[in-house]
Amino acid sequence: MSAATTARRYGLDVLVVDEQSSPGGQIWRNIEHLSGTPRMAILGKAYEKGLDVVNAFRASGAVFEHGTQVWQIEAGARAFMTRNGAASSVEAGHLLLATGAQERPAPFPGWTLPGVMTIGAAQIVLKSSDQIPSEPVWIAGSGPLSLLYAAQLLKAGGQIAGFLDTTPAGRVVEALSKFTGAAMNAPADLFKGLGWLLSLKRHVRFIAHVTEIEAFGTDRLEQIRYVTAKGRTATVAARLLLVHEGVVPTIHPTLALGCKHVWNIDQDSFAPGLDAWGETSEAGVFVAGDNAGIGGATAACLRGELAGLGVARKAGRISAAEAQTAAKPIRARLKRALAARPFLDRLYRPRQKVFVPDDHTIACRCEEVSVASVRAEIASGRPGPNQIKAFTRAGMGPCQGRQCGYTIARILAAAEGRAVPDVGLQRVRPPLKPVTLGELAALIDADQTP
Amino acid sequence: MTKELDTIVIGGGLHGLSAALYLARAGRKVAILERSWVGRHSSGGTAAGVRTLNRDPAEIPISLEAMDMWHRIETIVGDDCGFHAHGQFEVAEFEHHFPELEERYAMTRAMGFENEELIGRDELRRLVPALAPHCVGAIIARQDGAADPHRTLQAFRRATEAAGVTIYEGAGVIAIEQVGIDWRVRTEQGNFVAPTIVNAAGAWADKIAAMVGDNVEVGHKASMMIVTERIAPLLKPVVGVVGRPLSFKQTHQGTLLIGGGLKGKADLEAQRTFVDFTQLARGARAATDLFPAVDKVRIVRTWAGMESSPKDELPVLCLSPNASGVVHSFGYSGHGFQLVPVCGAIVADLIMQGSTSRQISSFKIDRLYKN
Repeated sequence: MSAATTARRYGLDVLVVDEQSSPGGQIWRNIEHLSGTPRMAILGKAYEKGLDVVNAFRASGAVFEHGTQVWQIEAGARAFMTRNGAASSVEAGHLLLATGAQERPAPFPGWTLPGVMTIGAAQIVLKSSDQIPSEPVWIAGSGPLSLLYAAQLLKAGGQIAGFLDTTPAGRVVEALSKFTGAAMNAPADLFKGLGWLLSLKRHVRFIAHVTEIEAFGTDRLEQIRYVTAKGRTATVAARLLLVHEGVVPTIHPTLALGCKHVWNIDQDSFAPGLDAWGETSEAGVFVAGDNAGIGGATAACLRGELAGLGVARKAGRISAAEAQTAAKPIRARLKRALAARPFLDRLYRPRQKVFVPDDHTIACRCEEVSVASVRAEIASGRPGPNQIKAFTRAGMGPCQGRQCGYTIARILAAAEGRAVPDVGLQRVRPPLKPVTLGELAALIDADQTP
Repeated sequence: MTKELDTIVIGGGLHGLSAALYLARAGRKVAILERSWVGRHSSGGTAAGVRTLNRDPAEIPISLEAMDMWHRIETIVGDDCGFHAHGQFEVAEFEHHFPELEERYAMTRAMGFENEELIGRDELRRLVPALAPHCVGAIIARQDGAADPHRTLQAFRRATEAAGVTIYEGAGVIAIEQVGIDWRVRTEQGNFVAPTIVNAAGAWADKIAAMVGDNVEVGHKASMMIVTERIAPLLKPVVGVVGRPLSFKQTHQGTLLIGGGLKGKADLEAQRTFVDFTQLARGARAATDLFPAVDKVRIVRTWAGMESSPKDELPVLCLSPNASGVVHSFGYSGHGFQLVPVCGAIVADLIMQGSTSRQISSFKIDRLYKN
């Protein structure tokens, strides 16, 4: 939204396509409809802030196509999309990908059982249909979203049976070196997080430094077993387990376009390599938001403004000097917005088991490929991620490797003594999102219509 | 580091593996030089159709021999490669397409081949109930079928290595020099020396050919493929159709595999292919017209496999007229998968005896020489 609003300011024709039915993205999902309802208060101040951004976007004159799924992008740039079952394609001079983040896949034994879901998914339900689980839930995970959702759930009248904090012991000490920078630049963020944590510890059974989780059940979740760093093991009854181990940039589209990516050590993930305006290695392809690297909502908007300026500059709507002048204050604000990041990245860096799970864990949930069967292929040579895919079908299912991509890379890296960026991810094959044969077939008619 | 060998095979695709396998089993000391990894391009991106149906008459004799080999493929590579002989069909949608099939049938019979047969509407309906009712008939080869590409690749690789062949992955060829009666192949992983070379370098085989003095005009193509989510059993044979780009089948995993010569774009230098969705839509349209039940089935992946394709779409399979001890095996033009076992045996003949009893006279390289 921020990039579109900025680009419109310089007279560019802008089309924004979104799978959702209204603007707001993940963070401000459904905000236009919730405005003025009691749910606003449950979701908190940071959520409310989104209204200004949405209103500015709505007033900008950018065309917003809701409920539209982009399933393929060709360099140059041509985007194929489907809306209400009808496929079409659009050409544009410049392309901005603001595809945000996805939850970091965190496989553990039993994670595919019905009754185990991610906190992100639970929060979508809360935001879009005002629903919370009717019975007490177990939460297991680490990172700000776990704490935020727990706070929102309690405020909405929900119950938490227990909170298994998987943040490893010693992370606070490791993160301290980055604390000053965070506290000086973004004290509010830190206090907010600390507040959630303290409140949670007061109201909910809180188990710190959980190192292992396993979910059991015949047809659905019945029990959770967990182990703490001190070696304490417990098995508890559970009907619903919400898990979360942080977020990573959504890089499927930039990978598909062949953009160069760099490994972010602090965030244990890849992100597209970008210039100062958010342009990727592919000319005319820009990136803004958390898919440029996890930075949160404020940073996402600022990156959007910079990318909007970058497109205007490239399209000749603004001179290089004017763009620099306009960008300067935005860059200063972006620096402040990102100041708490190194601290948070260290504090919530996932435990090793999230990356390299045990043998009996499912690595690829679409094709039900276990970690053991991936390791078995490694034993017979030195395959890369693409061969693992061919031999085991891991990554061949409908999610196209979004869930198992990092896990496969981590298992290979660990087994071969290599670094993850050296191993790399599976090659992304189009389409970006599943499209039906009928929708693709209909493209012939769509193209013939003038 | 210099490795001394009897034969150097350039290209770790299925044809390179098969050639190396037959040579090694005949006692030759063989290495395969592969620039990226085994099966990186068309061998990893093939639809794995095992088809004698509708081949160019020049290919039919070796294709029939290959089909015999496929029916006993387990005795050759130690695995059945997921091969099932559920037949290949070329369907006529309309009455005016049927004469074309009748002519084809008459021609193959006149040449003495009996692998193809004509069937009418009722038999077609009985064999492929899911097919749209407007189709009028088909020419079919009942002994044809399809294999599992990845299993085939793994089986050939394992068999080749078990036969004593060393495979060098990441060993792109930089130059080929003549040293006395030997060839020295310089690669990213050192030098290899042997009196004989097999050029099975797929889309890049013309570059290898040029290194030994065979300057040829060879086109390329990137055949696109669609794979869908898994669905309930729909059909067993592989179905194509007259006048439209389609090859349609269901894999044993339940996914639909749809190809049929739709061409994507290729960047030879970058070794990358690009799927062209505007083109791919024609294949999707053919699929939904012939099998209306698949309209709502979701496409999960698409890709394009790159390989060389001479103008006449026939392979190059011969001894080099210029360079002694060099055998070419490339240009399979999107229909080389089925020929893999027999071409390995032919290459071994050419390397070891300088000739073969199989009919390969139409596959000479000199037909493609640049002026």
